Amino acid sequence: MPPAALSVHLAIGQAYAWSVFKPPLESALGLSGTQSALPFQLGIVMLGLSAAFGGTLVERNGPRWAMFVSMTCFASGFLLSALGVVTRQYWLVVLGYGFVGGIGLGIGYISPVSTLIKWFPDRPGMATGIAIMGFGGGALIASPWSAQMLSSFGETTSGIATTFLVHGIVYAVFMSMGVLLVRVPPEGWRPKGWNPPAAQARPLITTADVSASNAIRTPQFYFLWVVLCCNVTAGIGILEKAAPMITDFFAGTSAAVVAGAAAGFVALLSLANMAGRFVWSSTSDLIGRKNMYRVYLGVGALLYLVIALAGDASKPLFILSALGILSFYGGGFATVPAYLKDLFGTYQVGAIHGRLLTAWSTAGVLGPLIVNAIADAQKAAGRSGPDLYTTSLFIMIGLLAVGFLANELIRPVHEKYHEPPLRRQEQVTEKGQAI
Amino acid sequence: MNAEDPAAGRHTGLMVLAWVWVGVPFAYGVYELFLKLTQLFAG
Repeated sequence: MPPAALSVHLAIGQAYAWSVFKPPLESALGLSGTQSALPFQLGIVMLGLSAAFGGTLVERNGPRWAMFVSMTCFASGFLLSALGVVTRQYWLVVLGYGFVGGIGLGIGYISPVSTLIKWFPDRPGMATGIAIMGFGGGALIASPWSAQMLSSFGETTSGIATTFLVHGIVYAVFMSMGVLLVRVPPEGWRPKGWNPPAAQARPLITTADVSASNAIRTPQFYFLWVVLCCNVTAGIGILEKAAPMITDFFAGTSAAVVAGAAAGFVALLSLANMAGRFVWSSTSDLIGRKNMYRVYLGVGALLYLVIALAGDASKPLFILSALGILSFYGGGFATVPAYLKDLFGTYQVGAIHGRLLTAWSTAGVLGPLIVNAIADAQKAAGRSGPDLYTTSLFIMIGLLAVGFLANELIRPVHEKYHEPPLRRQEQVTEKGQAI
Repeated sequence: MNAEDPAAGRHTGLMVLAWVWVGVPFAYGVYELFLKLTQLFAG
């Protein structure tokens, strides 16, 4: 099951490498920077929307159906984009990569989550950490691969279209392995030698099940939404502006950062983001989800404080603090499915996860907006160096404090939201056995 | 797994193939990442 999940997440993680296509598209089709960002932005919006609205369908039809839909949409998005570039109809690129491909992103992102949790009930954090680490790793593969392909085929309309065409075909083949291999465990399956812990061994871990429609009526869902939104906003603020940020921070010092080194910093952050997804999510199996988020939000705020107070005094301290923040950003994404499973059970955890991902869409707009708007305003006021970012850093600390408080307010879900055991059993029987 | 259990052997082979399928592109991405990292510390 983990390789099946990884084949989908490593493919759709390509979305974070869209920036590779921006300069060639701008010069070949005469687009502005804002226009060339449109397919990616629409893709992320569609990711959140399709995960939120398609979650129930994924639960009903199973992971193989979801992975097939994801593969079809994601690959078709590239094929439509190829047609759009070769015919110089840019709207087709936006529609193809952004709208159609974006549906593939959302459905693919949630497709393996509940199945992985069912296969690994003893280590749900580690299981979802592996898959969601793949989403972070997708850009690591796509970024150099797409750049090499553009270099081989050329950055003309014909070269870009060929690159899109090859991407569509290769990703379809790559993801098909996940479609073929994915399996749902039989009802009641458990790893050899493992017995579920006694009820209430950990107060936040439920043995009951809550449906997706009931979950969104609970305060726990909204507290967790705030936790995820604050954690992602804080991380994405740095991630989106990493290269100019490190360059600006040390511009007036003897440790000035050149463009190549800034690219190395971005790569290092990607590694921290990816590693955090696996390491912290696995750690949460040992120390509990609530404690893990205390670390993400509490220690994350302290690391932001270190950056704000140290300014341009130490480059290694800046880099280490940013790495910690980005590892917590990735960890926050990867731990949340297991947190949902603890609170709401495995019954419709994929659908609930999909609805929670609207926090990601919100944070994706908030984080860059805060950091960019403040940096632009400070630059216009004649400031430079760390001063461009100090206000943003303190806003991020405030957001993490809000997230910390929301996490503290999370309590076990009230029994009135639990599914009656009989109804749950009837629905399992209707669906039949493993796919 | 043993020689008398071809299903288990097929299963192991399939697992190895599946991990290689995702592992090789991932290793390529990590290799490219380390090439970029050297520029940060060299700079």
